[in-house]
Amino acid sequence: MSEKIVTLSDATFDEHVKGSDIPVLVDFWAEWCGPCKMITPVLEEIAEEQAGKLTIGKLNIDDNLDVTRRFDVMSIPTLILFKDGEPQVRLIGAKPKGQLIEEISAYL
Amino acid sequence: MPERRKVLIVGSGPAGLTAAIYSARAQLEPLVIEGEPSSNSDQPGGQLMLTTEVENYPGFVEGIMGPELMAIMRAQAVRFGAELRTAKVSRLDLSASPFGAWVGDPEADEPTVLADALIIATGARSLMLGCPNEDRLLGYGVSTCATCDGFFFREQHIAVAGGGDSALEEALFLTRFASKVTVIHRRDALRASKIMQDRAFANPKIEFLWNSVITDVLGDTKVAGLTVEDTVTGASSELGVTGLFVAIGHEPNSALLKGQVELEDNGYVKTFDRSSRTNVDGVFACGDVQDHFYRQAVTSAGSGCMAAIDAEHWLEEHGQ
Repeated sequence: MSEKIVTLSDATFDEHVKGSDIPVLVDFWAEWCGPCKMITPVLEEIAEEQAGKLTIGKLNIDDNLDVTRRFDVMSIPTLILFKDGEPQVRLIGAKPKGQLIEEISAYL
Repeated sequence: MPERRKVLIVGSGPAGLTAAIYSARAQLEPLVIEGEPSSNSDQPGGQLMLTTEVENYPGFVEGIMGPELMAIMRAQAVRFGAELRTAKVSRLDLSASPFGAWVGDPEADEPTVLADALIIATGARSLMLGCPNEDRLLGYGVSTCATCDGFFFREQHIAVAGGGDSALEEALFLTRFASKVTVIHRRDALRASKIMQDRAFANPKIEFLWNSVITDVLGDTKVAGLTVEDTVTGASSELGVTGLFVAIGHEPNSALLKGQVELEDNGYVKTFDRSSRTNVDGVFACGDVQDHFYRQAVTSAGSGCMAAIDAEHWLEEHGQ
């Protein structure tokens, strides 16, 4: 995994997301989800390209049910973009890179 | 200047990747435009990316996970020199060889790739019900991917729409999580294979709602129930479920081909003489985009092999 991607957990979520000066795109994923695997390389590319402007965090839903429930995630992959700790955009299902960037660009 | 290729393969399920393995081994240096991520099976790797255990693909005694099988096929194609590009074809020009394929802007003057022979392996995607609130609640209880979303329905009562193998496979998988799974089918008998039917009938968590169609999905911010109509009596009733998994069938990804390649009435590509040949000389089709009958990973792979061999012969005959 790219060094630019942060691994989030129930314990570290608030510190990383609420305490961030730049927007954080959180990827809710699990090992057993095919479409989640499909978007991983896309997220790695975005993390490299947007370094300094956007943090990408991955949250394994199997291990981190508190945060998963807090944001009512019921389908994966779900991507939520947080700005100043507040959710701004929610993307459900795997999407092409172009579409992902388009959906979040207003917040970068 | 468009990039020039002997063989271009569009799609990367078992058909596209098998065609890639064969044409790469035949030194045809194929380019595979594999598609882009989505959650509706029109994506790199195809429908198997949304499945769990594949038990009937020869060579895997204990079965294999769908995404893992596709990763292996992909690596095998790459090993022989196939080039794979994660992108989506936005337009095709099949008027004469070399055929043009556009990636990105379909209005661009020149195609991205020009190919002497073209292999279409774009597959099929899941059909949705088309009822009013289905789209709005997609991701909030409505799902097309049991393996992705089953986890969220622990100890809940959920529904599966459909009566084929995929519907029963999803229903059986979902019993790992749900307290009860109701399979809603529009007829009074299943299309699914005998082995899947036996397993479903034997599972105490699965029950069936026959002769029924879902007319709406209820719920404000998440699924709270379904409206179901009895196709025999016409009576409407509500079913209190918190999730709906849709597995009612597939439609071919053939929109790019309309008006250029002969299609069956149902949109599937027509192939001729038990080969992969289409009505356009130099254009071949394989996998689920041309097969609405067998629709198996192994038949799909087999037809991908046929397409690669047909394309190789065609290129030889045309001195390329």
